[in-house]
Amino acid sequence: MVLNRLFRRRSAPDVQLEQGLEKTRRSVFSEITRLFDRSAIDEELYVDLEMLLIQADLGWDVSQQLVAELRARVTRDRLRDPADAREVLRTEMVKLLELATRNRKVKILQRGVPFVIMVAGVNGVGKTTSIAKLAAYHQRFGRSVMLAAGDTFRAAAIDQLAVWGDRINAPVIAHRQGADPGAVVFDAMQAAHNRNVDVLIVDTAGRLHNKANLMFELTKIRKVMQRHVSEAPQEVLLVIDATSGQNGLIQAKEFAKSVEITDIMIAKLDSTSKGGIAFSVAKELGTPISYVGTGEKVTDLAEFRPDTYVDSLFFGVGEGL
Amino acid sequence: MFESLSDRLNETFGRLNKKGRLTEADVDDAMREVRRALLEADVNFKVVKDFVAKVRARAVGQDVLRSLTPAQTAIGIVNEELINVLGREREDLLAPVRPPQILMMVGLNGAGKTTHTGKLALHLRKQGRSPLMVAADVYRPAAINQLQALGKQIDMPVYEEGTGRNPVDIAANAVRYAQERGLNPVIVDTAGRLQIDERLMQELVDIRDRINPTEILLVADAMTGQEAVGVAEAFNARLNVTGLVLTKMDGDARGGAALSIRAVTGVPIKFIGTGEKLDALEPFYPERLAGRILGMGDVLSLVEKAQELTDEKDAQRLQDRMLKGHFDLEDFLDQLQKIKKMGPLNQLLEMIPGVGAQLRQAKAEISDDDYKQIEGIIHSMTPWERRHPERIGGSRRRRIARGSGTRGSDVNQLLTQFKQMQTMMNQMGRMAKKGKLPKNLPFDI
Repeated sequence: MVLNRLFRRRSAPDVQLEQGLEKTRRSVFSEITRLFDRSAIDEELYVDLEMLLIQADLGWDVSQQLVAELRARVTRDRLRDPADAREVLRTEMVKLLELATRNRKVKILQRGVPFVIMVAGVNGVGKTTSIAKLAAYHQRFGRSVMLAAGDTFRAAAIDQLAVWGDRINAPVIAHRQGADPGAVVFDAMQAAHNRNVDVLIVDTAGRLHNKANLMFELTKIRKVMQRHVSEAPQEVLLVIDATSGQNGLIQAKEFAKSVEITDIMIAKLDSTSKGGIAFSVAKELGTPISYVGTGEKVTDLAEFRPDTYVDSLFFGVGEGL
Repeated sequence: MFESLSDRLNETFGRLNKKGRLTEADVDDAMREVRRALLEADVNFKVVKDFVAKVRARAVGQDVLRSLTPAQTAIGIVNEELINVLGREREDLLAPVRPPQILMMVGLNGAGKTTHTGKLALHLRKQGRSPLMVAADVYRPAAINQLQALGKQIDMPVYEEGTGRNPVDIAANAVRYAQERGLNPVIVDTAGRLQIDERLMQELVDIRDRINPTEILLVADAMTGQEAVGVAEAFNARLNVTGLVLTKMDGDARGGAALSIRAVTGVPIKFIGTGEKLDALEPFYPERLAGRILGMGDVLSLVEKAQELTDEKDAQRLQDRMLKGHFDLEDFLDQLQKIKKMGPLNQLLEMIPGVGAQLRQAKAEISDDDYKQIEGIIHSMTPWERRHPERIGGSRRRRIARGSGTRGSDVNQLLTQFKQMQTMMNQMGRMAKKGKLPKNLPFDI
């Protein structure tokens, strides 16, 4: 079953998680399946395919590219059977997403040095929830996790993180609202060191990527981290909303300019979104997409895998849930 | 980032102009570009299809084929049709049959409902009303605290019953509470939810049936992709949404989602959110969004951005200095820093119609590093030198270059350019004295 592959590393089975993704995939993949369920490869197939890809937020460029590649392959290999064309498309899509995994680096946790993860993104993409999931993910490997409430701007963002900290039993380092995020991070770095914490996850305020001064603040936070641990933050995670349109790519590019993004997480894949933005991001950026967030519970986090992403979102391979 | 539609149409028709007559097939080429521009702006696929068909019919039927400037005519049609879809008239909040006016905020998670509950409350209080905000989001951790914190910030009452109660009861109790205390309007912040979550959608229906709101506002993120239509359709089908609040419009998303939602549901866009601060709420202007979707520049927004950062006294003082020829490098630095606060330079330039295209043609790379160099040079001068740039000689120049890590020629270049600027300003100053210039020049941008 496809979902077992997608969530192979998950420690506990979670029925709701599977239902979450089930909702997402139902509409598109059935349409793609239906699209190739015809007697011949004709012009209409290409037109409809382009429409479906665009509807899944793959964007104009990527959709054109995929359709053109499919056409070329069909002509070159003299394909007749729509089922073969379907397989070509699937392979092309997986290949595209693999651009977002080939640069993935092995992460090494050193004993006695906190592994610092800085989490950034625009407003409302689900950063805080993603942090809780990420924390739970590391806890499942037996690592001790600490959270830092670096979003001192949004009302009650600190409380929100504290509630999550409580639920997953992770200490939260926080100052008051309006405090300097740099100071929070400074304290958190110190606390992480003193308490021998394995993983420190730092929340940051949501910011639109076109606000120069806010983007600069991220650079500053980074510098504060480096004062304690020269290689920190070992992970800079950008969270992108799976429902976002083509602006998601611009976000990723702008964030990458200000802070060196090491990983991307596609959040809210539990909605009816098709997560097509992953394709543009993979094609244009090459920054590793590492995680997908699929629900509202802390266990709703999976590692990103191109083949299963494509299969479960677009082709419904292994259907039978 | 994107080429604007006007660039592309100019290019398409430019090719065609050379062969003389335009045909229907040429219009089709142009329509492909229109389609692409709209899709890149995240307008829904089906909406684009209908829209392009409409534009094409008009383009072939009349103006474009015979026009001497087909590109402009085509853009004119596109722009007009966009405004038609977006709604010509600006629509205000509905008046209640009998008070209190009840506004119910609904939408997906992370769209900005809670923040916009605060913004609307502030907006309405400025009109002399006394709003009550209601915390009916009992699911998201600390959502109630967030509304309370906002309430404290703007000194506005917040009704809440904690997370243990049913949102339907909370909403109903809140309305009674407001009636007893003469608070009006009542703004109900509901939890974010997926449109396919049957249980939570039913909860909204229950709230609506209990409190009978004057207005149900769907809060939608301007960055939403193709699914915006599905979301809006589902919320509208269950609730009969009366208005749309489009949030995060201070980002650089084209906002095609708004066009899609409006086209599919017919629900008017009532407000747009343009920042994190609680006063960043604006009425909706269709022309501006049309221009933005097309990437045709957004001069009004640029002017507004500039206004945000300069207060009037400052601007007046500066203008006086300029016209009297007292503008020195300190003023220049000050202006530079203000511009920088408005955002990356190339983005600002894209807001000016036509500039985007020219820059790309010239392959000019305008980077924010240029600012840094100029800043560095000016910072390496003494205050006296900044006030008397004409007195900077060889030895001072060498010191400044060393201090700023530049070359003497860089310093020279800056000084020459600045001198030209001063000369120009002096001329304008003389013209102003003779009454040839309008009094209030937007010198601050």
